[in-house]
Amino acid sequence: MATFTREEIEHLGDLARIALTDGEIERLRGELNVIAESITKVQEVAGDDVPPTANPIPLEAYLRPDEVQTPLTQAEALAGAPETEAGMFVAPQILGEE
Amino acid sequence: MSSTEELVKLSASQMAAQIHAKEISSRELVEAELEVIDAAEPSIDAFLQVSREQALEQADALDKRIASGDTEDLPELAGVPVAVKDMIVTKGIATTAASKILEGWIPPYDATVVEKLKAAGMPILGKTNLDEFAQGSSTEHSAFKSTKNPWDTGRVPGGSGGGSASAVGAFEVPLALGTDTGGSIRQPSALTGTVGVKPTYGGVSRYGAIAMASSLDQVGPVSRSVLDAALLQEVIGGYDQRDSTSIPKPVPPLAQAAREGAKMDLTGMKVGLVKELSGDGYQPGVEARFNEGVQLLQDMGAEVVEVSCPHFSYALAAYYIIMPSEVSSNLARYDGMRYGLRVMPPEGTAQTAANMMSATREAGFGDEVKRRIILGIYALSAGYYDAWYGSAQKVRTLIIRDFEEAFKKADVLISPASPTTAFKFGERMNDPLAMYLSDVATIPANMAGSPAMSIPAGLSDDGLPVGFQFFAPQMRDEVMYKPAAALEAALEAKWGGPIHRDLKTPWLGNK
Repeated sequence: MATFTREEIEHLGDLARIALTDGEIERLRGELNVIAESITKVQEVAGDDVPPTANPIPLEAYLRPDEVQTPLTQAEALAGAPETEAGMFVAPQILGEE
Repeated sequence: MSSTEELVKLSASQMAAQIHAKEISSRELVEAELEVIDAAEPSIDAFLQVSREQALEQADALDKRIASGDTEDLPELAGVPVAVKDMIVTKGIATTAASKILEGWIPPYDATVVEKLKAAGMPILGKTNLDEFAQGSSTEHSAFKSTKNPWDTGRVPGGSGGGSASAVGAFEVPLALGTDTGGSIRQPSALTGTVGVKPTYGGVSRYGAIAMASSLDQVGPVSRSVLDAALLQEVIGGYDQRDSTSIPKPVPPLAQAAREGAKMDLTGMKVGLVKELSGDGYQPGVEARFNEGVQLLQDMGAEVVEVSCPHFSYALAAYYIIMPSEVSSNLARYDGMRYGLRVMPPEGTAQTAANMMSATREAGFGDEVKRRIILGIYALSAGYYDAWYGSAQKVRTLIIRDFEEAFKKADVLISPASPTTAFKFGERMNDPLAMYLSDVATIPANMAGSPAMSIPAGLSDDGLPVGFQFFAPQMRDEVMYKPAAALEAALEAKWGGPIHRDLKTPWLGNK
């Protein structure tokens, strides 16, 4: 049975890019342990002979007609951005953190 | 009774008939609904935004078309207003998914279903409240407000589509769209005495429906009658090349099936009662109303047989692996870069992209969303992927097989839609498992991609609505519309009118 430690929750928070507070880490630990306990029951019936199903409807690759369409304009694509400059998204630096 | 009250209590199909007959205009209808919204919202809180001006403009455009005599191809629901769950994007109208991370975002495009509403001449009255990113079973997880149940404003309307269900139940609008990932249309419909339908997965385009769990999400109608749901599903359904999971087949004849059902003859139909969706955990009053409904189906000529779906008891647990896994992946797009909220890290912290993302997502997401993202990331992580996610996908296979076996014995399957009636605010907020159990009867249909619907079965001993659920085979949505309409007709004959006649509406009566 899976049990979540404080360190694991912190690590998962890092992976999720969510800066969890100490209070949240403690609360999540308790809740996720209860949920994990209930979830382990799926392993009881998932035998090797059962194939997994990722999507309920069989997916086929349908090709759409190759027609020219008008996409969003640059202004429309940028309209919801927190910060823009010279027709581009402005993002904080990605280098130099460590 | 005021004319406003008379007007808004009509079904959508009755409203449409009056518009076609030029007895009322679409503007009159929209104005009447806006009047009810103004009066009801302080008690109900169903809407996150009312798009008053746009709705009136759309109504006027339709009225102008009718006045010009251009009515040959007039869609059946033309002129009838509709509300849209705020999980579905609307061009020029803010769409938030009830999350702070999208607060104020105005989409530059319409979802396919919204385009279809507009093409059908249906004015969009506004955006309805939901649990944040459709994650919850009570609409208490909205970042903005909790919607109230019109039958008892001290109780939840269910979730995540509580806003759509309450808006329709309270006569603020005759029709609404919802999204159903684990029961988010049907469970709130059950709790508010409305009709809610989850179509076959792939039967209605999800283009522009904000993704929560992509292999489970489905857009569908909320209404006060089975025929109205059928008419709305016919408007929004059909193939869409912009959705890679859309089924390239036409919409089945749903309204025809509903009209057939209203004749109350089910001779030759086999109805399968799902053994695993009753008993422990189901409120006695819910079971009592359900059993009365079963008897009525038999009285109309249906043969009721018991069917066993042994893996349904694993559906909830498997769902709570698959759904958060897909949530963690889908919600990765909320990174503060291109749209939505951006929160810079506190002073003394490196102002990098990674730190900005962490600060933004910490501030922008609510507790339930964080819980599910963390759970999903764990389920998908190295070392656990096969044991958790792989096992859950196998359970999905077993549930699909259960449905296939059951549909060899019966044309449709039935169960209560929710194990309980509406619960009080706060009652399940600190107990995620208890909250998750709210969807125990609805989840199997999402796992299998099958269509399912909830219709009102009457009031439990506590005076609150009970939902009666029908399941049909994949891509055969019309099959459930017939017995659902028949049961609705039989119940209304017994009650002397629709269930809503018993709803006290001080926001209408006390004006």
